[in-house]
Amino acid sequence: MQVLADLATEYWRDFLAGTWLTVQLVVLSSVLGLALAVPLAIARLSANRALSGAAAGYSLFFRGTPMLVQIFLVYYGLGQFEAIRGSVLWPVLREAWVCALITFVLNTAAYSGEIVRGGILAVPKGEVEAARACGMTRAQAYRLVILPRAFSICLPAYSNEVVILMKGTSLASTITLLELTGMARLAASDTYQPIQVFLLAGAIYYLLTLAITRLFARLEARFTRYMTDAR
Amino acid sequence: MQPVIDYLPLLLQGLAVTLKLAVSTAVLGLVLGLGLALAKISGRGWLARPAFWATDFLRGIPEFLVLLVIYFGGTQVLAQVFGPGAPEVSPFLAGLLALGLIFGAYASETFRAAFLSVPKGQVEAGRAYGFSRWQCFRHIQLPQIWRIAIPGLGNLWQGAVKDTALVSIIGLEDVMRKSQQAAQSTREPFTFYLVAALMFLVITLISMAVIARAEKRAGRGMAEAG
Repeated sequence: MQVLADLATEYWRDFLAGTWLTVQLVVLSSVLGLALAVPLAIARLSANRALSGAAAGYSLFFRGTPMLVQIFLVYYGLGQFEAIRGSVLWPVLREAWVCALITFVLNTAAYSGEIVRGGILAVPKGEVEAARACGMTRAQAYRLVILPRAFSICLPAYSNEVVILMKGTSLASTITLLELTGMARLAASDTYQPIQVFLLAGAIYYLLTLAITRLFARLEARFTRYMTDAR
Repeated sequence: MQPVIDYLPLLLQGLAVTLKLAVSTAVLGLVLGLGLALAKISGRGWLARPAFWATDFLRGIPEFLVLLVIYFGGTQVLAQVFGPGAPEVSPFLAGLLALGLIFGAYASETFRAAFLSVPKGQVEAGRAYGFSRWQCFRHIQLPQIWRIAIPGLGNLWQGAVKDTALVSIIGLEDVMRKSQQAAQSTREPFTFYLVAALMFLVITLISMAVIARAEKRAGRGMAEAG
């Protein structure tokens, strides 16, 4: 315990900075990932074979391979191509931060896309038919009926995905980023006390997990009000 | 294409290590998971509570961090116990322990849910017919638990295969690390990481097919009922 207190007083700034970067990565990736997941889910459900096939292939690749390979493909791999190194985007794409974000967004979009797809399929068919019978176009039915309903159905599963994403951000430390795990790795090699340092980082991650699940429990209570009120 | 063919034997060596680690992880994880699940449903607080705490914590922190604690922490402990010249924890052992613990933590929840889904009346009926507790477990509960748990365990297996890639960071000579070596010496990182990705994808696809068959087989008593 004494050791943990000493660590906390000496390294609290590093841990705070690391935690902050982790939180930033999680928030940005989950927001952008969800924005990509919705069109992806709609594409998978499309009657157009080429479109649904492409979406399914994307989903299979990102869910069927380790995130570590994906992050290395983006960070180390892109530089192999002359065209990318010569492009105006190269100074941006060379940044580890950008590469990590791209990977997390693409990865979580694949998993979230499956969740959103499940949510859309779980919307009772009668509601969709009713919307269409009222004269809504497909786009209107999606926007006003299907997606809002799917959203509340998805929340519990999506909460798990955000926790998994948060744990995945620890891989950013493998491409030099000093988020929570990166900071912990530095502190561990500084102090020669890996167990204490990593347990401290673990405790912070655990608190973040609790925060995420609490947040989603509240969101769920709020967005399913109409169901409890009906009783 | 030529560099890939040149390095293929090396990559396949790595693939064998990856598979060996994944299979060992699954075996250790299944045993741990079943033990933890039994502790959780034992009804004894002193046994159930620590099991819940441990699995809750393990499921709330990154897999990579668990691996780092066991690898560097294990070496730290050994150094304190044996002094200078102490043995180091091998990357394979650290990976096996870390991934096995995580697999076990998740599997315990899968098993627990499956246990609870077998109606109590069935066990009571078994007992009334003179089955011992063990016979009830072996002949009534376990076959049904197995059927209910297979999809969840299948997902855990898929996760474990992908998580083995993390162990390359602490030096395991798996497919990931071999691709990294090939990427560095050929200066074609995209090519080789893509090959590694495709190898993982093949494992995923084969596993999907096997799991689907296992599900079908374990559910054959239920198929007609539906």
